[in-house]
Amino acid sequence: MRLQLAKKMKINEAKAYVAEKLGVSLEELCDIVTMSEKREELGLGLAHVEPCAGANAGMEAKFRIQELLGIKINSVERFKERAGLK
Amino acid sequence: MSEQKKFFTRMGDGSIVHMTEEEIRADIKEGIEDAVRRGKIDPLTAEETEYLYEIVTMPGNFVGVTPGMEVVSSNDSGSDKISTKCGIPTSRDTNAMIHERVLGADSVDIGYSDYNYKTVKGVAKREATILKQALGRCTMPLFYGAMPNLGFYTKPDGPVDNWAVLLPEGKIQEAMAAQEEAVDHAVRDIVYVAEQMNDVGADGFMLDTSGAAGDADFLVSLKATEIMREKFPDMPIEIGMAGEFVLGMHGKLKYNGQRLAGLYPHKQVKLVEEAGASIFGVVVNTNCNKSFPWNIARVCTFVKACTAVAEIPVHANAGMGVCGIPMCENLPADVVSRADKALIEIGKIDGL
Repeated sequence: MRLQLAKKMKINEAKAYVAEKLGVSLEELCDIVTMSEKREELGLGLAHVEPCAGANAGMEAKFRIQELLGIKINSVERFKERAGLK
Repeated sequence: MSEQKKFFTRMGDGSIVHMTEEEIRADIKEGIEDAVRRGKIDPLTAEETEYLYEIVTMPGNFVGVTPGMEVVSSNDSGSDKISTKCGIPTSRDTNAMIHERVLGADSVDIGYSDYNYKTVKGVAKREATILKQALGRCTMPLFYGAMPNLGFYTKPDGPVDNWAVLLPEGKIQEAMAAQEEAVDHAVRDIVYVAEQMNDVGADGFMLDTSGAAGDADFLVSLKATEIMREKFPDMPIEIGMAGEFVLGMHGKLKYNGQRLAGLYPHKQVKLVEEAGASIFGVVVNTNCNKSFPWNIARVCTFVKACTAVAEIPVHANAGMGVCGIPMCENLPADVVSRADKALIEIGKIDGL
């Protein structure tokens, strides 16, 4: 979804792009077990798995998603401006 | 002689119907032919037609896509449905988190219960506050969304004369002028709301049910998108349509030289691209008096023609009364899942 918004990529191109950035296969990209572990490992947002006190969610996860995917996320950029980070 | 086997399916209004193989195949053929005739587009191939028959008749209440063909989802008034439609007293930022962490949505929009930009204009900063709260807590992309809804700009509630009153009186020029004036008001309102949403960092901006009031309504979305792309380049835009065919309530309006009245999805998407949107929400109407096989065959023919020429992602608006989904409030998963599978595997959509 992020790639469709940011780079207007169609679904297959977007999946291939994300899979490559995450270092997973296309099959793994759609697999809940693989992706739960990958999201936890990379801090990409996993707020629905208990215990989640240490898991990233929301803005902290979006910072990492922006960097990992090499895209600009409007909410992250606005947060940086308001927090004096840029 | 034994009775022919009949398959469970539904009519476009959701009512149950049992059809033979011969009847289903005949309806699929008719649905394709209807789309070809109206849209002047290519029919589905023999293989696609056969696969569509398999999807319609495959066993199981619920069917799914072939692994690897999963797509993403966007919504209209998504975050508001839990409170406004279901009556659950939750705030919209909470609703957004429920969509993300409970329902598994890929994105959702924050939208006002009166889902149109004219109404939102007066409370835009307050709406932006809700979006800001949600953006801080959600990981998935969050849109702000509403409809252009050009009809709201007519008297007595709005500033311009009502073209639906003028037209039956034969006041054609006055009706056209009223629509042109309304376009300016609506574009201004949308851009104003967009500015508030961009200020809090909206991940996306949704122009939903575009063209609901005809060609002038569609023109609003295109013009507003063009301006927003220039002013807020980091806030992507999705334009979702109201119907398969742009009604010529004005009849002479053009965008970049292309007359808007009468455009079908495969031509609508090209204008949406020119305006600068990131995602196009395709719509094909459901005919309540026809069967699901007829409707979904027609839908897939239109949608395939659209995705074939689209250079941006296409999300099918698969809700009540559009894209093969029956026109009823409580949607039956049997035909909804079949419609989704057909849209993805035959229509080649990028999202729902």
